[in-house]
Amino acid sequence: MSAPAAPEAARSDRHDPYALGRGGHGGGGHEATGHGEGGPAPKRTVVAYGFWIYLLSDIVMFSGFFAAYAVLSGETAGGPTGAQIFGRGRVAIETLCLLLSSYTCGLGSIAATRGSRPATLGWLAATGVLGALFLGIELQEFAELVNEGAGPQRSAFLSSFFALVGLHGLHIGVGLLWLATMMAQIWLKGFRPNVQRRLMCFNLFWHALDIIWIGVFSIVYLLGYRG
Amino acid sequence: MSKHGHDHGDSAPGDERINAHEAASGARGYTIGLGLALVLTALSFWIASTDLVWQPAVPTAIIVLAVAQMGVHLVFFLHVTTGPDNANNVIALAFGVLVVLLVIGGSMWIMTHLNHNMQMTADAMKMRMP
Repeated sequence: MSAPAAPEAARSDRHDPYALGRGGHGGGGHEATGHGEGGPAPKRTVVAYGFWIYLLSDIVMFSGFFAAYAVLSGETAGGPTGAQIFGRGRVAIETLCLLLSSYTCGLGSIAATRGSRPATLGWLAATGVLGALFLGIELQEFAELVNEGAGPQRSAFLSSFFALVGLHGLHIGVGLLWLATMMAQIWLKGFRPNVQRRLMCFNLFWHALDIIWIGVFSIVYLLGYRG
Repeated sequence: MSKHGHDHGDSAPGDERINAHEAASGARGYTIGLGLALVLTALSFWIASTDLVWQPAVPTAIIVLAVAQMGVHLVFFLHVTTGPDNANNVIALAFGVLVVLLVIGGSMWIMTHLNHNMQMTADAMKMRMP
């Protein structure tokens, strides 16, 4: 073992000894991302990033259901085809509901950033009403299909249809429960940091569900309608 | 950025405050996004129902419009940008998209070939037993 390093060298070792990712500042405060300065990220960033990873894994799970639908969409076993059971009017209304609810949800997050409790609660209530409308229309469609004998047990095509669209509807239903919880927390607790983080995660969740719905109405309904 | 007290460079997905000076920020950003999404949705529904478009191109057009609308949602609603503060978010998103494409594309590719080969077998059996 050699002698202990000189004090000068020891001090620079406490910083990044390999000078990784430093742009000629000699370990000085570089502001750009990824340069390791400033310690761990704020909790708000860490929480949202973790939730972002969850959302991406959720989308990967949806991709499995999309793949099943894409493979099985022609296997109607003599039952009704997509062109026979899908109407575009109802899907257009559903799409409009979900898109507008995404918009009101975003306006709600802006109101929360401003710190305005009535505006936040109002926009979140509008989001909830639009989401509930979407879910109601979807359940009505499911009930009609089952009554016509086109339930999930009729053919592989209908099984995969009910699994994919039903999974999305389940997410919307859980999202509505979460929305009600968030409204209660904002009502009772106000904009505490942890409530704000939860609200941000809910916003991400709701926007991600709208992105998945784009895939559903394009691939299932619009392409299925053409047969 | 540091003007608002954000000393750290990474921004969370969906964060309002950090992107406050970009086009996709604030209520105006959401309104632009809503308008673009409405136009793309309307185009999608119109193309699916019209006879004016060359019919074999319709599925491709619908999928392209869907991808475009997903991009609009990502930028204007989720505030995912190409800026350096969003590098982690975009890398995670890119990996997610890769897995999604592999799962859907791989399933369709394999099952199409399988169906094609099964079809051949059925035809061959029909020819063998007239």
